[in-house]
Amino acid sequence: MKIVVCVKQVPEVTNVQVDPVTGTLIREGVQSILNPFCEYALDHAVRMAKQLENAHVVAISMGPPQAKDVLLRCLELGADEGILVTDRQFAGADTWATSYTLAQAIRLAVPDYDLILVGKQAIDGDTAQVGPEIAEILSLPQITYGTQIGLSPSGRQVRVTREVEQGYEVVEAAMPALVSFSKGEMVRRAPSFRDVLQAREKPLRMLSAAALNIPEEELGLKGSFTQVVKVFPPPEKKTGRLLQDLEAEEAAQAIFDYLIERRFIE
Amino acid sequence: MLKIDHERCTKCKLCIRNCPFGALSMVDDLLQVNELCTLCGACINVCRFDALSIERKKASKEELAKFRDVFIWIELDEMGETIQPKKVALELLGKGRQLADALGEQLVAVVLCGEKCLDLNKLGQFGADKVILCQHPLLGQYSTDGFTHAMCAIISAKKPAVVLYGATPHGRDFAPRVAARLKLGLTADCTGLEIDAERQLVQTRPAFGGNIMASIITPYNRPQTATVRPNVFPVPQAGQDQAVKVEIFDLVLNRSAIRTRVVEKSVMADGNATRIEDARVIVSGGRGCQKAANLDILRSVAGQLGGVLGGSRAIVEQGWIPHTIQVGQSGTTVGPELYIAAGISGAIQHVVGMSSSKTIIAVNKDPEAPIFKIADLSVVGDAVEIMQKLHELLAAHSHI
Repeated sequence: MKIVVCVKQVPEVTNVQVDPVTGTLIREGVQSILNPFCEYALDHAVRMAKQLENAHVVAISMGPPQAKDVLLRCLELGADEGILVTDRQFAGADTWATSYTLAQAIRLAVPDYDLILVGKQAIDGDTAQVGPEIAEILSLPQITYGTQIGLSPSGRQVRVTREVEQGYEVVEAAMPALVSFSKGEMVRRAPSFRDVLQAREKPLRMLSAAALNIPEEELGLKGSFTQVVKVFPPPEKKTGRLLQDLEAEEAAQAIFDYLIERRFIE
Repeated sequence: MLKIDHERCTKCKLCIRNCPFGALSMVDDLLQVNELCTLCGACINVCRFDALSIERKKASKEELAKFRDVFIWIELDEMGETIQPKKVALELLGKGRQLADALGEQLVAVVLCGEKCLDLNKLGQFGADKVILCQHPLLGQYSTDGFTHAMCAIISAKKPAVVLYGATPHGRDFAPRVAARLKLGLTADCTGLEIDAERQLVQTRPAFGGNIMASIITPYNRPQTATVRPNVFPVPQAGQDQAVKVEIFDLVLNRSAIRTRVVEKSVMADGNATRIEDARVIVSGGRGCQKAANLDILRSVAGQLGGVLGGSRAIVEQGWIPHTIQVGQSGTTVGPELYIAAGISGAIQHVVGMSSSKTIIAVNKDPEAPIFKIADLSVVGDAVEIMQKLHELLAAHSHI
C-alpha cells in the first residue's frame, strides 16, 4: 500500500510580530516548523503503515529549498521517502496553484498511491482548501476533520472517524481517497537517535517545475485565481480596565459589580 | 507587475525593509524586484516618493458582466421536527443584501435539501429577492459529492457574480471542491466583504495567525467565492412576512456519484443546554484552570449567568472538554454578549475565535497575558480561586 502525505513548512505564527511603526511583519528570527496538522497526518500514515505489510509512506512538500528540513523531519518520524517540489516559479501561489502543482507531482512521482493524507489546514494560511482541491483535481472521494483512520474489514475501503459539530461520525470511502486530519494520535513516540541517523539514508529528492510538465502560466502567482491587493495591520483593539494586586475576594467582587453595571445580572 | 520608477526612487530602502516576502533588494545600486513578489502593495504603502506602482492584467469587462447576482448557500439545521436555516446563513443574507445593493443586482438564496424542507418565505424576510430550491432525496443528508454536484450545476447554469458560504465544517468541506472543479477563486474565513469601484468583490481576511490583514480580489474568474465564519456579520432584522419568489432547480444525481458512506454517528454530551455558537454568555477555560475538575466551577458560573461552558484548544487536547465546545481558529467562532476567559492566555488562535464578543472579561495570573489586550475588564489573579469566589457571590445574590 502506498500512502502519500502532503506536508508544509510554516512560520511559527504564535511568535510573529508586527512592526508597530510600519504595520508589516518582522521576519527575522521567526522559526520554521512542520505544520502541526501535517504532523498529525504523518503520524497516522506511519502507524497505518506499521500495521500492514509492504506499506510505503511518501512525504511530499511544495516549498522553497529550506522546506527540505520538514521533509527530513518526516523521515525521522517514520516516512520512507521524501519529495520536495521546489522552483522559483511556484512563488506566490494561491491555494489553487498549490493544489494543482502538488496533484501533478503526486501523479508523476507516486502514480500508484492508495491514500493521500493531509493536515486539515496550515497555521499560516488557515484556509483548509488545499486538501479538498487536490482531491477534486485527482477526482478522489474525501473525508475531512479526521481523528482516527483504519481500513474496513474487506481492506478495500478506508474508515475514518471524523469530528462533526455535535460529536463524531464514522465514514467509509473506497480507495484511492484523500483524508484530512484535525487530530493526531493520542500517544506519540519521539524519534530515537537511530531514527534520526536512518533518516539521512532514506531517499529525499527534489522536483522542479520542468519535471512536472505544467505550463508556466499555471504556476505560482501567474497561475493563481486570487490576488492580494493590500496588506495592513489589524484594527487597534479597544483598551479596557486592568485590575491588579487584588485578593481573590476583591477581584471576584469587582467582576460581580461589573456584571451588575453591565446588566448581565439584575 | 511591480513597476519601479528609478528617477523617483531615492534608494531609502524603506520598501525593502517592509516587504513581508523579501522580494525587494538593491542590485548594482538599483532597486530590483524578484519572483517572490505577490503584488500585495506593502511597499507602495510606505514609499514616500511615488516610485512604486502595480500594473494588473485587466480581464474583459464584457465577459465578467455576464455574471450577475449574489448567491448565498443556505445551510440547514434540523431542530427536532422542523428545519431552520443556520444562523450564519442569515448573517450572510444580511451582508449579501449590502453587496447586491452595491451592485444593483439580486440577492439569491440557494437551498439544497431532501424531501423535508424549510419555510422558504423566511429567507425573503431576511432579504433574499429569490430562492433557488434544489430538492433531491440524496441531498437530505450532507455529502461532499452530492453538495458539490448540486452547487456546480447551479453555478454553471445561473452564472452568479458572487457565491458566499458559511465557514462551517460542511461549508469548508465542499466550497473548495466547487472552486477547484469550476476553476474559481475562493477566499476562506473572510472578516470583510465590499464591492469596489470596479464592481469587484474585495475580500478581507486575517493572515499569519491574525497578525496581519490581507485584502484579496479574484480578478479574472466568476463567480467570486468566499467562506465567512459564523458570528462575524450580524443577523439582519427580519422584515415583513411575505411570499418570496421560488425557482425550482432540477438536479440529476445518482447514488453512485456519492462516494462516501456514514456508517456510524454519535452525539457528544458536552453538558451544555445550547450550542456554543448560539450562546449569549460563555464562560471559557484554559490551561490556567489547572485541572479538569476545576471546570465544574466555570460550568456553575456559566449556569448562574444563563450561559454555557467553552474552552481553548489547549484543554481540548488535554481531554478536559470535547472539541464541540472548543473556541478558536481550529474550533468554533463565537460572538456572545459576554465572554469570560478564565486561565486563558489569549494566543492569537484563540482570540480570532472570540474577539467579536460584545463584552470580554479576562482573568489570568500573568499580567502580560495577550488576552488582556482585548478584554473590557482584565483581572490579574488566580482564575480558579476568583471564579470560585464569583460563584459564591452569585449564589448569595440569587437568594436575596
